[in-house]
Order: sequence, then C-alpha cells, then structure tokens
Amino acid sequence: MYYKSKKVVVNLLIHAFLLTIAVSCIFPLVWMVSSSLKTQETIFKDMSLIPKEMHFENYYLAWQEGGFGRNFLNSILYTVSVVFGIVMISSMAAYAFSRLRFPGKNLLFYMFLAAMMIPIPGSFVALYVLLNKLHLRNTAIGYILCMINVGMSTSIFLLKTFFDKMPKELEDAARIDGCTKMGIWLHVALPLAKPVLAVVVVLNALNVWNEYILALVIFDSKPLMPLQVALMTFQGEFITRYPLLMAGLTIAALPIILVYLLMQKYIVKGVTQGAVVG
Amino acid sequence: MRIKSTLENYVFVIPAVAIFAIFYIIPFVWVFQLGLYEWDGIMPTRVFVGLDNFKEIIFQDKIWWQSMLNAGYITLIALTFQNALAFLLAWACDREMRLKNFYRVVFFIPPVLSEVVVGLVWQWILDGHYGLLNGWLVQMGLPQLVRNWLSDPNTALTTVAIVHSWKGFGWGFLIFLAGLQTIPRELYEAARVDGANAWDTFRNVTIPLMIPVAVLVGILTVLGTMQAFVLIIAMTGGGPAYHTQVPVLRILASMRGSSRFGYACAQGITFGVVLIVISFIQNRFSKKYKA
Repeated sequence: MYYKSKKVVVNLLIHAFLLTIAVSCIFPLVWMVSSSLKTQETIFKDMSLIPKEMHFENYYLAWQEGGFGRNFLNSILYTVSVVFGIVMISSMAAYAFSRLRFPGKNLLFYMFLAAMMIPIPGSFVALYVLLNKLHLRNTAIGYILCMINVGMSTSIFLLKTFFDKMPKELEDAARIDGCTKMGIWLHVALPLAKPVLAVVVVLNALNVWNEYILALVIFDSKPLMPLQVALMTFQGEFITRYPLLMAGLTIAALPIILVYLLMQKYIVKGVTQGAVVG
Repeated sequence: MRIKSTLENYVFVIPAVAIFAIFYIIPFVWVFQLGLYEWDGIMPTRVFVGLDNFKEIIFQDKIWWQSMLNAGYITLIALTFQNALAFLLAWACDREMRLKNFYRVVFFIPPVLSEVVVGLVWQWILDGHYGLLNGWLVQMGLPQLVRNWLSDPNTALTTVAIVHSWKGFGWGFLIFLAGLQTIPRELYEAARVDGANAWDTFRNVTIPLMIPVAVLVGILTVLGTMQAFVLIIAMTGGGPAYHTQVPVLRILASMRGSSRFGYACAQGITFGVVLIVISFIQNRFSKKYKA
C-alpha cells in the first residue's frame, strides 16, 4: 500500500515536470498566434490569450501589404528546388561511391566527409564574392546552388551508408535484363532507398526553409527574398507592426510544424543517425 | 570497353563534385587568400597587407575577444543547464507511461522552428515595455523583477542564452533518449533483484552507461552553440553595446558594416582555428570515455 502510493506520487511529479516543459515549448507559439489576431492598438494593452475580437484580416494584410505572400512562395520555390537537386545529385553520387568503380573514388568520398567535419565560419563572405564574380548574386539560381552544396555532403553520407547495406540481387537481376547503370540507379536503387530518402528530404527541407544567413547576403531585392529574411527586414522597418509581424511569423512556422508532425518519425531517425555521424 | 565503363561511372559523381568544387573548395581557398588583403568587396584593386589583419584581430580587436567570451558564456549555459534539462527529460520519458509520444513530439518543436521565428517571438514576449513576461510579473505582484530583459546589459546575455537553450534542448533530449533505450532492461531488473533502490540504479547503472552519449551531446552542443548567431540577430542584434555580440556576428559586421572583406575572412579563419582546437581537445577527451 505504502509503495503503491509512493509510486503514484513519483509518477505525478514526473508528469508535472514533463508537462511544465511541454507547455513552455508550445506556449510561445500560442502567444504568437494570439498576438497575430490583435490590432496595433490592442496588442500593447490586451494580455488575454484569446482576444475578444479576432482580426483574421491581419493574415490577409501580412500576405498582401507586408508582401509575405511573395516571400512565402519564394521560400517554397527554393525549398523544393534545393531538395530536388540534393536528392538527385547526392543519390547519384552516393550510388557511385557505394557500387561503382573508378580511380579516385575514396579520395573524393573522403573529401565530402571532411567537408562535413571542418567548420568554415564566415564562408558566406567568400560565397558572396564568388557569386558576384559569376553574376549569380541576387539571383534565385545562385542561392539554390549554394544551398544544394550546403546539404549535399551529409545527404551523400546518409545515402551511401544505406546503399552499402542494401542487398545487390535486384540490381544484378536488372543488369542481366540489360538495364543501364543509370537505369538501375533510377529504377532499382532509388525506389529501394525510399526510407532514407525521406530522411534526406525532410532534414533538407527544414534546413532550407529555415535558412537565413546566405539568403541575407545573397539577396538585395525584397521580391526575391525567402520568408525568413523578409520577416527580419519587416521587423527593422519603421515602427514594427507587431500584429502583422506575428501573422508573418505564424505563416513561416505553420508549414514547418505541419511537416514535422507528419514526418516526425523520419526526423527523429535523421537526428539520431546524424548524431552518430558527428 | 573498360575505359568507357569507368567514364560512365564518373558521370554519376560529376554534378556533386562540380558543385562541391565551385561552392565549397573555391570559397574555402579564397577565405585564406582574402584574409591577407584589405579590400572593401567592390573595388577592383585590393591591398596586400600580409598578416596585419590577424595581428589586428589578436592584439587590438577587444570586441572580437569580448564576443568570443560571450559565445563561451552561452556555450557554458548550454552545456550545463540545457543538457542537464535534456537528460532529465529523457530519463523521465524512458519508461512505460501515458503521453510519452506527446512529450517526445512536443520537445522537438523548438528545434524545428527557425531561429528567426523563435528569436522574434521571444523578443516580443521579453519586450521591456509591452512584453508578456513583464506583464505577468506585475500581475503576480512582483514589479521589482520587471526588467528590460534584452536591452539591460546585466540580463541581455543570460536571457539570450536561456532562449538558446529553450530552442536547443530537444536535440540533446532525442539523443539521450535514444541512448537510454539501448540500455538493456535486464540490467535494471538485475539491480532491483540485488536490492538496489531507484537512486542506486540511476547512479550505478544509468549514469556510467550514458557517459559516452553525454560526451557526444557535449561535442555537438559546443560546436553548435559557439557558431550560433541568427537567434541573437533576431533578439538583440548584438546589443546593448556589444553585450550579446558573438564571433559570427562580428564577421558579418566586418563584411556588411565596415566593408572589410579581408578582415572578415581573417576573423573567420581565426574562429575556425579556435573551433578546430576545441573539437580536437574534445575528441581526445571522448576517446577516453568510449567503451
């Protein structure tokens, strides 16, 4: 009897601790949404979590007047292009590193591996200069190529590890049927790699959507900026229109949270695997 | 035939190698080269100054070293407070219980959000005049605690560090939890049969087995936190009066604020060397603890 009640108390304490932290994780987001529904007048006085009048038009205003609609679509474009590029380029390279033979293979692979480990803080300075020379600064393609490079090394590593463990029988069968190497990569290896491709897609998508510094130095013109940079510039302009800013932040956070909730399993896998790599 | 096949194989890696060469190797080399010049990033001519930039960083740039110390301070808080929290939460979640999945999902929400979103939302909550935190403090009858959290030099850096920990603890939590789940249940069972209470088991079974994981989390925390800066841009911009400056923010300021591209690169190299030394020491340290 004594033991049982002690256990109940311990369990309650554990839940209280976990729940407190869980609330602290969600609350700022709730407050963000709540603030996004107030007006510039009420937002500084009204501390209620659920405002009496909900101004959903703030979202329309943020989208149109704040210009976040444009930036939101940019973010989508950059995220989709970069992720597509990374999936194609890294899986092709990883497949070659795992299955094909050519001189210099190990050297090249270790080069990518080294890039994962060596930090170059301030590489954005040199990238800025490089893109200027190539006339790719302030262009979507310049940014997309830089971001493909950012995500490539880790993705190659994850995919190669997967291909190394994958049984070869199906590929052999395809080869006997007269399939080309490219055909085997595209039609046999890639479909089998779906679980790890999901990890690669989700991790890179989060990374591109949330990226700030390269976009900051590469883009001057607001119509090209992704959402993260646009939000920061909006905050710096004039007197901050907090309700619109909060609406913009909600627009920026929502897709990420949705993707996270749907693809949670792959993210957890990516994080724990990624940690082992580091 | 052999040659054709080898060439065919190269086709697979050419796109990756080309992008890597242009967007990684060239900038990498340029950082070292530019570090030796005084250049505003626009003029066609640049002035070779040898190691002057490095001398200036090491001997004259007080703000640079201040920012290094600030990053060190934030890292220290991340290592202790953030990782202790991550570990305790993981330990609390490592059992059969209700809501386990809920907690697991929720604790990783801050890490998936962007630093811009997190920084701006917290800046709003912590605002000195209209912020929710100060509003609550007044309501609770604690007006003496009201602060300008992010613009008071006494609290700015710690506040930033705590928000950084809030954003980051989910990483450690997931890795610790994965580590805890690899501990065989029989060990706990055996300890219980031997008459060990919960505390004994925790101290003598859980802790020793988790040390390698803790070292790993520590390494990731240090490298990640030292280079963090976007959150700080969003919350304080490095102010008040350099109190929350960190190295990468200085590099950005050298480039965009004072248009000294060479100096910015030299700062990048200096900081890179510091990071490599840190991770070298950590690697030596972690080998000692690897099973």
